Amino acid sequence: MTLAKAESAEGGFNIDPMYQFEIKNWVPIDLGFVDLSFTNSAFFAFLAVGLTCLFLWTAMSGSSLVPSRMQSMAEGIYEFVRNMVRDACGEGGLKYFPYIFTVFLFILACNLVGMIPYSFTVTSHFAVTVFLALSVFITVTVIGFMKHGTHFFALFWPMDAPAAMRPVLAIIEVISYFVRPVSHSIRLGANMMAGHAVLKVFGGFVAALGVFGIIPIAAIVGVTALELLVAVIQAYVFTILTCVYLNDALNMH
Amino acid sequence: MASSETSDHYDAAAHGGGMPQLDFDTWATQIFWTALALFLLYKVLTKNILPKIAGALEDRHNAIADDLDQASELKRKAEDAEGAYNQALADAKANANEIVEATKAEIAEKAAAENAKAEAEIAARTAEGEQRINEIRAAAADSARNVASDAASAIVAKLAPGSADSGTIASAVDRALAQTGMAR
Repeated sequence: MTLAKAESAEGGFNIDPMYQFEIKNWVPIDLGFVDLSFTNSAFFAFLAVGLTCLFLWTAMSGSSLVPSRMQSMAEGIYEFVRNMVRDACGEGGLKYFPYIFTVFLFILACNLVGMIPYSFTVTSHFAVTVFLALSVFITVTVIGFMKHGTHFFALFWPMDAPAAMRPVLAIIEVISYFVRPVSHSIRLGANMMAGHAVLKVFGGFVAALGVFGIIPIAAIVGVTALELLVAVIQAYVFTILTCVYLNDALNMH
Repeated sequence: MASSETSDHYDAAAHGGGMPQLDFDTWATQIFWTALALFLLYKVLTKNILPKIAGALEDRHNAIADDLDQASELKRKAEDAEGAYNQALADAKANANEIVEATKAEIAEKAAAENAKAEAEIAARTAEGEQRINEIRAAAADSARNVASDAASAIVAKLAPGSADSGTIASAVDRALAQTGMAR
């Protein structure tokens, strides 16, 4: 923000790299105690869901034994996530595959829709990522206690460590367990936010440099490619971490 | 939360700076709609798309398994056919060997018979030849003796008539012939 302020103070152009993350109130729905207005965030979340469903539905509508290109893609994504779940959690984890697949597709679609200029990146908001991470955290914890009962506390008690070290390590384990949703959510949100902000900052340079704006444009091309990569990788990272946490709950260590 | 009394708090970040992400007044709506979108996606996936993809993969898996079964069946058949072919080939070879051996034996037998016949004929001819040679030799020896004894009789009659009869002369000639080895 200091950067944007400095720019607006010195030059005549006013580009706020954080403006793209503004939540815009499109259809106000105020229930009094809580504001559930339909916003640009909500629109792009539904757009991402709609595009995902459209893609998968189109891909699988003419389903055949020898898959078409789109069908191959849909099946590829399906098997990719399914193998991820099975490798990380074992066969028992496949019960939770539909939800993990949903989360993966949602994050991936939101990240990719966010790459379209003038669109809005739903996953760049901590409200969304914290919600996603907390729902995973709570679900996984509940699964852990349902499956193992109080024995689930053994997750925090490292039996293979020297007896004197165990209480100290247990404290660290508990802290790291509760930090999980924080890192889980901040990682995704911050990655999406930072990349898009960088693009906007370079965009500001284009306007400031005139003819030499070609240099930041080249940089923008590179960063955009990098952002596409990050969009996919962060969806993958969020999903694989979900699998790892689920594995802890299902199989302990 | 502090700016919640202003009605246009959504634009607060644009004016006052700060991250829109940390404007907690927008969290409720974001979470609500995100949850709704996520739920919608979950429902569509589990009701429609996941079964379709799983079905397609299952079908392909089965088709491939069937094809592999069929392929192994065909392979087994091919191996059987190869075995039968090898067997037939071995039989034919054995048969051919048998025929070769039989023919060889037959030819050898024939050759031996022909040989024996030829040898017998040769032996017969040889015997006949020898007999004739002997006859000729005997005839020649007789005529030689006759000539010799006639010549001797004539010589004796000329030199000392009456000194010896023809019998004495004949035995003397025989003796002389025996000494030269012409007698038999």
